[in-house]
Amino acid sequence: MTVQAPLLSAPAARRRRGRRSIFLRRPFFTVALVVAAGYLLAAIFAPWVAPYDPVLQDTNAMMMPPSGAHLLGTDSYGQDILSRVIFGARYALVIGLCSVLIGAAGGLVIGLAAGLAGGWVEWALMRLIDSILALPSLILAVAFIAILGQGVDKVVIAVGLSMIGPFARTVRADVMQVRVQGFIEAAHLMSIPSLAVVWRHVLPNVIFPLAVQVTIRISEAILVSSSLSFLGIGVTPPTPDWGLMIAEGRDFVSFAPWMSAMPGFALALLLIALSIVGDGIREEVDPKSRRGA
Amino acid sequence: MKMDAIAADPLLAVTDLTVYRGQAKILDRVSLSLARGETLALVGESGAGKSTIATALMRLLDGAEVEGQADLSGAGDLLALPEAQMVRLRGRRMSMIFQDAGAALNPAYTVGRQLISVLRRTMGLDRAAARARAVDLFTQVGINDAEARLSAFPHQLSGGMQQRVMVAIALAGNPDLLLADEPTSALDVTIQAQIVRLILSLTRDRGASCIFVLHDLALASQACDRIVVLYAGQVVESGPAHDVLTRNRHPYTRQLQGCVLEIGRKDLLAPEGNVPSHDQMPEGCRFATRCPRALPHCATEPPPLAAADPARTGPLDHAFACWNPE
Amino acid sequence: MLRQALGKIGQTLVVLFIVSVATFGLLKLAPGDPVQIMLGSEYSPEAYEQLTIEMGLDRPFLTQYLDWATNFVTGDWGTSFVARTDIFTYGFMEALPVTLTLASFSLAFAILIGVPLGVLSAVKKDTACDAGSAVLALTGTAFPSFLLGILLIWFFGVKLGWFPVMGYVSPWQDFWGGLYHMILPGLTLSTYFIAMITRLTRATLIEVLEQPYIAAARARGEPGWRVIWVHGVRNIAMPLVTILGLQLGTLLQGTVLTETVFNLPGIGQMLTSAVLGREYMVVQAGVMMTAFLFIGVNLLVDLSYPILDPRLRDRR
Repeated sequence: MTVQAPLLSAPAARRRRGRRSIFLRRPFFTVALVVAAGYLLAAIFAPWVAPYDPVLQDTNAMMMPPSGAHLLGTDSYGQDILSRVIFGARYALVIGLCSVLIGAAGGLVIGLAAGLAGGWVEWALMRLIDSILALPSLILAVAFIAILGQGVDKVVIAVGLSMIGPFARTVRADVMQVRVQGFIEAAHLMSIPSLAVVWRHVLPNVIFPLAVQVTIRISEAILVSSSLSFLGIGVTPPTPDWGLMIAEGRDFVSFAPWMSAMPGFALALLLIALSIVGDGIREEVDPKSRRGA
Repeated sequence: MKMDAIAADPLLAVTDLTVYRGQAKILDRVSLSLARGETLALVGESGAGKSTIATALMRLLDGAEVEGQADLSGAGDLLALPEAQMVRLRGRRMSMIFQDAGAALNPAYTVGRQLISVLRRTMGLDRAAARARAVDLFTQVGINDAEARLSAFPHQLSGGMQQRVMVAIALAGNPDLLLADEPTSALDVTIQAQIVRLILSLTRDRGASCIFVLHDLALASQACDRIVVLYAGQVVESGPAHDVLTRNRHPYTRQLQGCVLEIGRKDLLAPEGNVPSHDQMPEGCRFATRCPRALPHCATEPPPLAAADPARTGPLDHAFACWNPE
Repeated sequence: MLRQALGKIGQTLVVLFIVSVATFGLLKLAPGDPVQIMLGSEYSPEAYEQLTIEMGLDRPFLTQYLDWATNFVTGDWGTSFVARTDIFTYGFMEALPVTLTLASFSLAFAILIGVPLGVLSAVKKDTACDAGSAVLALTGTAFPSFLLGILLIWFFGVKLGWFPVMGYVSPWQDFWGGLYHMILPGLTLSTYFIAMITRLTRATLIEVLEQPYIAAARARGEPGWRVIWVHGVRNIAMPLVTILGLQLGTLLQGTVLTETVFNLPGIGQMLTSAVLGREYMVVQAGVMMTAFLFIGVNLLVDLSYPILDPRLRDRR
């Protein structure tokens, strides 16, 4: 049996909610956003914030536990961990952002082609996307690293290429939605050039969801890139990269646990913050796709 | 009449059943009695609280606050028993047939498995005996080729067949109280009467009592011994089926009857106007806003449920709640 | 239903074909001339030409691919110079079982812990217990597994000394020893999945528990635990298996990292050392095995739907 009262007040409640700012409605989101912004600031102003040169090796201060001189301790080369963590934010964010953009651009091209082509081209492109998706992004990135070699630029390209699959799939799904609405057929009938149609009608419908995807997937890109470095096949030492620092500290975990733990917590905190921000954005944009549902 | 003989020992006596969902009072001090072997129809528009009564008696009403008393003979107050005892009563003493049998059968298991598990638990039968009994029950509810149908999944059966299965499951533990919550509203008109007749004949054979939640006043008067008419969560008129149909006093019952007669349709058409929403319920008679016979004080003073014949004031006798009866 | 299944299998074969072509192409794209690498720094042009012909590198791409594919299918995967063994033995017979063991142990942990946790928070919806598991779930999905592994090693291995931190014992030879060695790696890898399964179980079970057949089961006197586990949980199997299939990639890449953390000789270690040693054939083998595993399991997931949901059996 239906109850009348709550049904009546629902739209009113929604209106009230709409007026309140997202920051008040989602306290976790706000905190996470502040944390992420903190990382961004640390990355931008790293040279001014960091107390030491991140690659300065001090043989007198090797593997020092956290103290007044070295707030987060030093590593086995006597490098200051706090400075390395701060500079690490730079690498993590730059690598994450650049590779996600590469992935999004590649996914946009393939997804648009797959969505608009039709016929066997579409079928073939779909199978191609399936094939890319058949490999986990880390494995794919490892394969690309095998060809490209190591280094920051190589990591960006490898991670970017490995993320094309999921982007292509979502772009294609969005294109299909536009296609259902019949713009494209109508434009064809009026002999409007296809590129103009794509530009005027398809892209606007695809770009926004793609931008949302980009923000959500930055954390994935950061995770994959630091995983590569952790495996020892990504960024080369002495670059202050978190994954690399965690790997270096792994051998000393029994007597110098801070070496792994400090960069590890920096990475974990950023990933958790980014995933909360991503969830929040997704739920705001598409209230139907609630988390876990 | 046989009424007097059985009135002394009712199977179920509900007093002042009140249900809140949040701020809304869905049921307001509903009282009713059910004699052994009797069939009672709860009639009213959707939203009147008919199904809520059935669900509240089974104690399956989640997220609602329930007050009042509901004594089941030999078991105690259904609304106050600990959950463990309710679990023992359900299926054995009381069971329920749902509106949409297709949704009330678990899609993951065969209908035979669902029936046999009830038989094994309530009757303590072993696997083979329960299976034999299941075939027997399927035959009784009119399922042809019962043996083979046991291994069918719910989605493989038609709506009528699904409801027959539900009836078999509900009767498996030989309950003496059956609650049928609009058991035919999801079915074709042609099958509706069949299912109602089936439920009635099977409950009568077993000497069980039955509460039918129905939309259809005509069907209720044909099929059931007594009728309780509900409006906006309150009982407005109750009594033997014949009295309520032909000698009704409450304007609302009159309107319900009029709808049936005028249009000649099987299903009940709502009288004109709307039931007031739960947050704007009038203080007095809840029907006053739509009532053609409303007096000024109807809106402020709630009418009590009074006997139609001062000589017959038992809980099973004809009664109505109106300041200005027909 | 059979036609559907055959269609799925056909599609899978196409994907496998594309993956294998791409993986083969990887070898071709790799920097360095394989002939030059094999000959070393000093060689005559004749020797170069001879070896090129011997290795079949003068023939068209397609022929080379077909040769390679035939060899791959027959188990002739070439030789690894670093591991000094036949790649098939190294990869398929030795590394793959380690990875599979780790993956299946973690999956078992994840289901055995995640489903009950999800059920608990669905049943105790909107209580402190539910909120607690939501926080755990969020942290668990975002926390990098390799960091968790190191923390577990530090705490349980070094501080408490309860569990071995390195090494692999095959559970097929010594089940309890294998299980003992698998606890920390398994926990490391499964945390993400425990969190995910908890979230998913909670969300889907809450929906299922609102279905009329749950009320009907209660109405016929089924005890509470039976209503939840027999009638409720049975009906979340399908979304659960779907998500697990989709997340298999995450599981596989998690094994790569976990193997490195715990020094387990699986596909992950094989891939990493192959990349460092520039052994493209080993990389190829690792990539192919991962892809086959992923595609194969997803095919199984698709084919299992009619078993999980009887309603799908009669659809044509």
